[in-house]
Amino acid sequence: MNFRAINVIYRKEMARFFRTIIESLISPVISTSLYFVVFGAAIGSKIEQVNGVTYGAFIVPGLIMLTVITQSVSNASFAINFPKFTGTIYELLTAPVSYMEIVIGYVGAAATKSILIGLVILATAFAFVDLPIAHPVAMLALLALTSASFSLFGFIIGIWAKDFQQLQLIPLLVLTPLIFLGGSFYSVDMLPGVWRTIALFNPVVYLMSVFRWSFFDTADVPIAVSLLAIAAFTGLCLAAVWWIFRTGWRIRQ
Amino acid sequence: MPSIVSIRNLTKTYSTGFQALKSVNLEIEEGEILALLGPNGAGKTTMISAICGIVQPTSGQILVGGHDVVRDFRATRSQIGLVPQEISLEPFEKVFNTVTFSRGLFGKSPDPEYVEKILRQLSLWDKKDNNIQSLSGGMKRRVLIAKALAHQPRVLFLDEPTAGVDVELRKDMWSVVSDLKAQGVTIILTTHYIEEAEAIADRVGVINKGEILLVQNKAELMAQMGRKQLHVDLAEPITAIPEALASYALELGSDGRSLIYTYDTKRERTGITNFLGDLRSAGLQMTDLATRQSSLEDIFVGMVREKP
Repeated sequence: MNFRAINVIYRKEMARFFRTIIESLISPVISTSLYFVVFGAAIGSKIEQVNGVTYGAFIVPGLIMLTVITQSVSNASFAINFPKFTGTIYELLTAPVSYMEIVIGYVGAAATKSILIGLVILATAFAFVDLPIAHPVAMLALLALTSASFSLFGFIIGIWAKDFQQLQLIPLLVLTPLIFLGGSFYSVDMLPGVWRTIALFNPVVYLMSVFRWSFFDTADVPIAVSLLAIAAFTGLCLAAVWWIFRTGWRIRQ
Repeated sequence: MPSIVSIRNLTKTYSTGFQALKSVNLEIEEGEILALLGPNGAGKTTMISAICGIVQPTSGQILVGGHDVVRDFRATRSQIGLVPQEISLEPFEKVFNTVTFSRGLFGKSPDPEYVEKILRQLSLWDKKDNNIQSLSGGMKRRVLIAKALAHQPRVLFLDEPTAGVDVELRKDMWSVVSDLKAQGVTIILTTHYIEEAEAIADRVGVINKGEILLVQNKAELMAQMGRKQLHVDLAEPITAIPEALASYALELGSDGRSLIYTYDTKRERTGITNFLGDLRSAGLQMTDLATRQSSLEDIFVGMVREKP
């Protein structure tokens, strides 16, 4: 293992984050606050409790997931796409580093950023609502797992994308609908029959359900099913990354 | 001398079907400076990319320091430094940081003193805290060299290092190259500036259309080809070389208005005086005289043209 290489990649990526710390943290904080004002205060006051939780508190896990997923994908995809764009990827390809080391460095840094952002949003939420956290350790573990698996997903998009437009395509066309329809702001139990069945094909539903469970101790789908779904998604991403590097797809000619 | 880089039957066909390298064989000796000459698209960059790990060979084998570049990539890549043809740098990084990053990427422990030494050698020390985007093109190229040297490679590849570079930087680069050679570093540079190969290389390889046409010691090549020619312009065109001048192995210019006399500058007598005397005796009147030294460029152009 070339630990020094992992270390320098990770630190370089984190340095990029801290160079723009204000922009990196302030925008999620502002958008979260806006969601609280709009959904929590304005609309939320008209909605009765969901599963025994006030609507303002109910949307917090969804908001965290929404931001963590989008940030993970955009950070990780940009981190590997930018060197492809500038040509500096030549250095990674000519260095004595294995694919796994490259992935650990980039995905590790992107996931760390997402976890930090998730925690900042959580702290912001406390300023607006009373928030119980039923299973804090599970909550943190899920936060870390989600950050890691979607950073991995973002890494794949970053390698696939040939330009900056393509980089935006998947998050915009696939991810945002999946997240919004995945129960960020509602319980899938609230959906009418057939839509609930359709919703169960959305992987984000499982993530959202188990994450909300870590706060309120109630879940839309069984915890075990959720964990299995997350494991399957992570496994799929790992397999894709393994295939990409084995074949050199869009990296090595 | 042992080979540090050994290329055997290397073939590369890109996914587009373009065959960039056709069964190339090349032995690069430890400590030498090898210049690879060839026109654009000859396969120079593909060959370097295959050795360094950017391009996957279609078939054949490459050994660096006795290790296979695919199977044993850690052992080979840690010995290699590459200065790419394109200026590829992250615009928002600082000079010192990016060179330190390169060193770490190659698994070497941080050594700020060594990084300082390279930056000073490349006249980059006073720019060490500058953002790369604020540097001029020449300075950026120096940064690329510093990055390639950051892990103290045994073999350094310079892909068109002086393309679009001013005279001062070119001279600096040549002096860095000769310092590295003195330290025992093997240097392979690609160029289409023949003067560059003439100035610094020990051996010259000519590559065209994916094939190596020749690899030869530069001095031998120059000696072999280091002839001079005397061009004599005639007042009146002639159709054949006069009998009296037959012993000089002259060439007649295509329009019959010039004679070309080829001689060896290293001989004790060049025969010019006799030739000019006999020229006058033959009744030929000349209007102008010019001499030309054949250079690597002539050799190169000749070789590349011969193979259509």
